[in-house]
Amino acid sequence: MSTVTATSVSLAVRDVHLAFGAHQVLRGADLDVARGATACVIGPSGSGKSTLLRTINRLIEPDRGDVLLDGRSVLGDDPDALRQRIGMVFQQFNLFPHMTVLRNITLALRKLKKLGEDEAAQVAREQLDLVGLAGKADARPAHLSGGQQQRVAIARALALRPQVMLFDEATSALDPELVKGVLGVMADLSAAGMTMVVVTHEMGFAREVADTVAFMDAGVVLESGEPAAVFEAPEHPRLRRFLSQVL
Amino acid sequence: MDPLRTLWETFFDWDAMREALPEMLTVGLPNTLILAVSAALLGSVLGMLLAVAGISRTRWLRWPARVYTDVFRGLPAAATILLIGVGLAPLGMQVWGPNPYPLGILALSLIAAAYIGEIFRSGIQSVEAAQLEGARALGFSWGEAMRLVIVPQGVRRVLPAWVNQLIALIKDSSLVYFLGLVASERELFRIGQDYAATTGNESALLLAGLFYLVLTVPLTHAVNWIDRRLRQGRTVALPDPDLDLDLAPAGPAALPGKDAR
Repeated sequence: MSTVTATSVSLAVRDVHLAFGAHQVLRGADLDVARGATACVIGPSGSGKSTLLRTINRLIEPDRGDVLLDGRSVLGDDPDALRQRIGMVFQQFNLFPHMTVLRNITLALRKLKKLGEDEAAQVAREQLDLVGLAGKADARPAHLSGGQQQRVAIARALALRPQVMLFDEATSALDPELVKGVLGVMADLSAAGMTMVVVTHEMGFAREVADTVAFMDAGVVLESGEPAAVFEAPEHPRLRRFLSQVL
Repeated sequence: MDPLRTLWETFFDWDAMREALPEMLTVGLPNTLILAVSAALLGSVLGMLLAVAGISRTRWLRWPARVYTDVFRGLPAAATILLIGVGLAPLGMQVWGPNPYPLGILALSLIAAAYIGEIFRSGIQSVEAAQLEGARALGFSWGEAMRLVIVPQGVRRVLPAWVNQLIALIKDSSLVYFLGLVASERELFRIGQDYAATTGNESALLLAGLFYLVLTVPLTHAVNWIDRRLRQGRTVALPDPDLDLDLAPAGPAALPGKDAR
């Protein structure tokens, strides 16, 4: 996965606000991820973690604030072009069930990157190989386990050579015995130098893989820092209470 | 005379049927097929436009689609065919002459589109929002995501209902006889009716009915077959037994599969 390192960028979220009607979901969230670093976002349900992730690739447009890649605001960019630079992996995988695994990966390569059929298939097979699923190219997603589906989803995102990867509770929908395989792929990717934002409930992963851990509560990042600091010496009482409940 | 015998001769007069059969085959069947197939194609295309307009975020697309659907679903098919066929006849006269046949196809298409639009719309709306989000996250525009990911899944889910609508269309095609077609344009029902009117014997009409059954019954069974196949998938493949407890050592050696061929 060494090919991903050359193109990674730094990411910054500045004072992002977002309301759904009267419900204020984000109230000035900030996040900094250095080039090639991995940030894990933790926090209770409803704290705005997934929404924050979606404002980064503008699946949801923030009401206020800024999102910067390599120091440059992306809010004025074409959102479709921006999303080709930012890979995203979802809790429910969101694979296309009517297509084979291979076509799930080649679709965007052919239609957006304009690769030929053979070239796209070759890129897809390489990515499948990297997530250990080279033999599943012709299977339908429904015939794979949840863990395999999520690894296909990761391969699908990586095939577009993104500069940032977003993971939205990528292992929350998986049976416990399948979590490890997916986390392994994510850890490899992190080690290879991909810039990553990982919303997760896997505290072990956050502790071992993250460069930064950000604790979100009520729409803001209350506390962030190196994993050791956040987990061993949490300052904010709400973070302490959260950690006492999940650890 | 024995009433049963009368009944038999009214409907099962083989000679009357044999007399009507050649015209049924060479004129009626082709015309019914032309009417039904062209209206099915045009109606499905219009129906897809209506479905997409119906879920549009723009009310200037949504409302007209809604009104159109309500009107054409609410009117009796016979009334619509007469209204279009007769009402637009002066216009049709300038475009393709006095032939009412194209207007018949148009009327059938407009009716079918209202129903097919609703079928497609319900299918498209049944596709999970996560599918759209997944496609958008890859960088597809809304239109591309709909075309490549959402619509194909939605249509697949409602194929049985769509085929049912085609069956209704085949039957409704008989209603174009209202428009006064010339002899060579008559479809199955009209030919049967003409024979029945001249001979006073209903056997030719029954023969027309048999032709409709020959067209529609296989389709009904095709619906069931499609439905079953969509539920089960093409091959009844069992989920992989060894799942992925392995984060297998990657590569063709570790995973002898289809790639090895």
